[in-house]
Amino acid sequence: MKITAKLWLGIAVLIVLSPLGLILPRYFKSTGAWGEVRPQYTQGKSSAPYWGQANIYPAAARTLKAKLSGSWKAPLADYGFKGWEEKGLMHSSAAYIVSAIAGIGLIIIAVWLIGKMLAKKRD
Amino acid sequence: MHIPDGYLGPVTSGVFYALMLAVWTVSSRVVKKTLKARQAPLLAISAAFSFVIMMFNLPIPGGSSGHATGGVLAAILLGPSAACIAITVALVIQALLFGDGGITAIGANCFNLAFVLPFSGYYIYKMISYKAPVGSNRRVIAAALAGYIGINAAALLTGIEFGLQPILHHSADGQPLYCPYGLKTAVTAMLGEHLLIFGWLEALVSALVIKYLQKQAPELLIEARQ
Repeated sequence: MKITAKLWLGIAVLIVLSPLGLILPRYFKSTGAWGEVRPQYTQGKSSAPYWGQANIYPAAARTLKAKLSGSWKAPLADYGFKGWEEKGLMHSSAAYIVSAIAGIGLIIIAVWLIGKMLAKKRD
Repeated sequence: MHIPDGYLGPVTSGVFYALMLAVWTVSSRVVKKTLKARQAPLLAISAAFSFVIMMFNLPIPGGSSGHATGGVLAAILLGPSAACIAITVALVIQALLFGDGGITAIGANCFNLAFVLPFSGYYIYKMISYKAPVGSNRRVIAAALAGYIGINAAALLTGIEFGLQPILHHSADGQPLYCPYGLKTAVTAMLGEHLLIFGWLEALVSALVIKYLQKQAPELLIEARQ
């Protein structure tokens, strides 16, 4: 098997294993990466400083809330399907894998397009 | 650590977009000139690998979580400019399709993860692995150290970007408008996490793949451009 085939196989294995990246934080009740957490105005106690504790800065909290609620509506937000958030771990894992496949599919297309663009001017 | 929307003020976002425009332009030119045809599939593989490895969130004590990036690995295999392009693709798709990382923060996220990370990692790798045979342990150690230092450099910068926001963008009465955490908190959090945990994760990922390639495809390690 050519090395590129082996590497793609490795990536396929990672895709199948990707739900670990969802399950582990949930199991350990992580709040999410520092600074990445959405504002949780009414709940969530964590020793890691995260945005929820920024309620004492109303101006910032307002901006963030406005930005996050009125901003970009990602089609597969948080690597899941809209409305599937409450469906449990099996569904989330499946959505995670689909997200991985979709993301990588788009990456392949994007890189191919970029390759074409860069190769065109090379004479 | 993908900066979301609402954490960086507009001036900050704008500055990093402008900086990245320059970086992307130069990187494209370098790639156009130096990337061999046989390396093109590696670009897609690197971007895909980076994307999927960033889905593996590792929870850490304290409630936070993070992930490796595979960015230094990409730089070792393709050179830092091609790595920059590869990681940018991954980051942009993460932001647009999955809301992982803000749209206004794409410039900053790319600056940290697609520029500082691969470039610093690459030169550290080159320095430590200087004249080492392709199959040597020194190359593996070089990759590990490059990964560790590269991701910490990126983390430090991210912490600074966060920490400067209250100083740069606040209301008339001193209230922060975007990220409310100052330099001390932000840098400590970001750098602490990456020095203690995620740096090792990046080092491990980089070292393991290099070790694998040493056996399976040493020709890929023979020379990275630039």
